[in-house]
Amino acid sequence: MELLRLATAGSVDDGKSTLIGRLLYDSKSIFEDQYAAIEDASRRRGEDAPNLALLTDGLRAEREQGITIDVAYRYFATPKRAFILADTPGHPQYTRNMVTGASTANLALVLIDARNGIVEQSRRHAFLATLLRVPHIVLCINKMDLVDYDQGVFEAIREEFEQFASRLDIGDLTSIPVSALNGDNVVTRSGNMPWYEGSALLHHLEEVYIASDRNLTDVRFPVQYVIRPRKDSHHDYRGYAGQVAAGVIKVGDEIEVLPSGLTTTISAIDTPGGPVQEAYPPMSVTVRLNDDVDISRGDMICRPHNQPTMSQTMDATLCWMADQPLQPGKRYAIKHTTRWSRAVVRTLHYRIDVNTMHREEDVESLRRNDIGRVTLRMTQPLFVDEYRRNRNTGGFILVDEGTNQTVAAGMITDAS
Amino acid sequence: MSVPTYQLSQLESLEAEGIHIIREVAAEFERPVMLFSGGKDSAVMLWLARRAFAPAPIPFPVMHIDTGHNFPEVIEYRDRVVDMLGLRLVVASVQESIDAGRVTELPGQHSSRNQLQTEALLSGITGNRFDAAFGGARRDEEKARAKERVFSFRDEFGQWDPKGQRPELWSLYNGRHHNGEHIRVFPLSNWTESDVWQYIEHAEVPLPPIYFAHQRECFRRGDMWMAVGPWTPPRTDEHVETVTVRYRTVGDMTVTGAVESTATTVADIIIEVTASRVTERGATRADDRTSEASMEDRKREGYF
Repeated sequence: MELLRLATAGSVDDGKSTLIGRLLYDSKSIFEDQYAAIEDASRRRGEDAPNLALLTDGLRAEREQGITIDVAYRYFATPKRAFILADTPGHPQYTRNMVTGASTANLALVLIDARNGIVEQSRRHAFLATLLRVPHIVLCINKMDLVDYDQGVFEAIREEFEQFASRLDIGDLTSIPVSALNGDNVVTRSGNMPWYEGSALLHHLEEVYIASDRNLTDVRFPVQYVIRPRKDSHHDYRGYAGQVAAGVIKVGDEIEVLPSGLTTTISAIDTPGGPVQEAYPPMSVTVRLNDDVDISRGDMICRPHNQPTMSQTMDATLCWMADQPLQPGKRYAIKHTTRWSRAVVRTLHYRIDVNTMHREEDVESLRRNDIGRVTLRMTQPLFVDEYRRNRNTGGFILVDEGTNQTVAAGMITDAS
Repeated sequence: MSVPTYQLSQLESLEAEGIHIIREVAAEFERPVMLFSGGKDSAVMLWLARRAFAPAPIPFPVMHIDTGHNFPEVIEYRDRVVDMLGLRLVVASVQESIDAGRVTELPGQHSSRNQLQTEALLSGITGNRFDAAFGGARRDEEKARAKERVFSFRDEFGQWDPKGQRPELWSLYNGRHHNGEHIRVFPLSNWTESDVWQYIEHAEVPLPPIYFAHQRECFRRGDMWMAVGPWTPPRTDEHVETVTVRYRTVGDMTVTGAVESTATTVADIIIEVTASRVTERGATRADDRTSEASMEDRKREGYF
C-alpha cells in the first residue's frame, strides 16, 4: 500500500471541514467515540448538527473562535492507499501555515464554492501550491447542490480556472464537481450529476499516479550520520547514514563526495530490513564505500558527472514566517539538507502579492506571510539544486540565531 | 516492495521517516534521551532507533517515567529489552517527586498519578541535562496531538506553546534551543494505531504479554474493565469476575482499562484493530476523559 500526502486549505465557509469530515467518515476513519465527542460538543454549543470542524480544530483557541489556525494532520486509509492530510487555514494571515502543509504534499485540494466561483482565496491557494511544487492539484468545485447540479456552472468555473492556471506552472490539474454536505462525488459517483464522467474524489486520490513525482535521475545523498560500531564483531564497519534525496544509487556505482571531490565506489547499501542492491527516495539507508575517504555530516554524495551546484550565492523565493520582518544584511542560520551554515540576504528584488501574483519592487523588507525574491550569500558553499528540479536539495529554512525561531522557508531558483 | 517503480509501501515510508528523524537528533543534540514506557508505541520507536544505528548500538539512554503503579509484566519486559539492547536505563520516579515534596498526591485513596508524571518527566530531563527527549506520541491519538510538531520546542519550564510553534517544512527540522530549554521529538507523528501494529508484525517487535488476550480478575468501572491490583481494589459495589481481556494501551494501572478480547497473536490484533470502531484512548484511558481540552492542558504544562 502506497502513502499519499495531501494538503488542503480553506475556511469554514467553503465547506473544507465538511469535505474532510466526509472523507474521514465515509472511509470509516472517524471512530464512534470521536463522533460521540463532537456530537456532544456541538449540542453544548447549540449547533443543530454534529460540527465536523470540531474534529480537526483541536486547540482550545480554534474551537473558541471557530477557525482553523494551525496545520492539523489527519490520517485515513482505504484498501488501496494510506493518506496523510495536512489541513490548513485559508486566510492570508496564515499563508505560512499553508506553505508548511504544502511543503510535503503530493497533492493539493483547492476548494471553490460553486455559488461564488473563483475568488481571491482560490487563486492564492493554487499559487502557493504551485510555488511549493505540489505535483498534483485537484480543484473541488463544492456546493453543487446549491446550484442545482448545473453542468454549465461547473464548466464555466473550470474554464476560468484553467485560464488562470496557464499562468502558473501546474503539473497535473483535475476538476471535480462535489457536494461535501450530501456526499456527491466525494466517495461515490453522484447520480445527481450524470453529465460528469470523471472519478469521485476518493477514487481519484487512490489512483493518481505519484511514482514519478520524485526525482529518480540525479543522485543526491546528503550524509546525515556516520556509523562506526567500534565493536569486535564489526571492527572495520564504517557506514554513511542518510535519506536518499534523489536518484537511484546502486552497489558498484562510482560516486563523488562533495566538498572533497574524492571518488570511490559503493560497496554495500544497508537498510533497516537488511542489505539491498539499490536505494531510492525516500529510503533511509547506510552506504558503505570501497575506499576509506574522509566523510562527515553535511557532505553530499553524488555521481561524478551529475553534481549539484556548489555555491556561496543563490537566488531564492522566500516565504517569511516570523513576527520580526526580514532584515537585509542581517546574518541568519540556514539549514539545507543536513548542513547548517549562515546566510545574509544581500538583495531583496521584489515582493509577490499572493492574491494577484503582481511583483512589487521597491520593497525594503518582508513581513510575516510575505513572499519575495532574494539573493542570498552564505558563509560556506552549499550543494544545491533548483527547487523545481529537486524539492529535497532545493529547499531550505532560515533560523534567527537570537530567538532560534524558524523565520523563513526558501526555494532555490538559481544557484549559478 | 515493487522494485521497478521504486515505490515504498506506506510502512516503509513511515519507517524511513522515523529513522531520518532519530538520526537527525543523534547528529545535532548533545544529550538526547528516548522515553520508554514499555508500551507498544515506545517499543516501536526503540526498534526504529535500533535499526537506525545498526550494527552500532543505540547512542543514547532510555528513560522510564515510573508512576509506581506499574503492571509487573511491563517492568519485567522493560528490563529484558534494556538488557538485550545493552541500553542505559534512567528511571524518573513519581514516588521520588512526592517524597521530595515537589508534588502532592491527589486526595483520595489510590488516586491517579497521571498528572504527577509531568513533574517526574521534567525533573528527569533537567536533572540529567537532557536536551532532546524522544516520545512515542502519534498525531492520530488525540486532537491536540494532531497539532504537534515533530520537533516540539519546550521552554525552561518544559511548557508547550501551541500557538507559538515553529513552522516545520519538508524534512528540515530546527532543533535549536538555549541552555535549559529542550526539544521533544516524535518520530511516530505520522503513524496510526494500525501502522504501529502492522510494523510490530513486520519487524517482529517484542511486546509485554498484557497486550495479548489472557485471563484476569477484573471489575467493571464505568464502561471499562479494570484489573484487580494493589492500587485498584474493587469497591464493595463492584463485582469481580475472571474475564479474557487484553490491553490496547499501557499506562498507569489506575487509569488504564482492559478490553475483552481473544486476540492472542499480533495477526489477531491487527484484525481486531481494523474492525474496531472506538479509538484506543477512548476505549481504555480514563485520563483523557476529564474535559474536551484535557490533553492540551496537560501538554502545555509539559506532559508527554
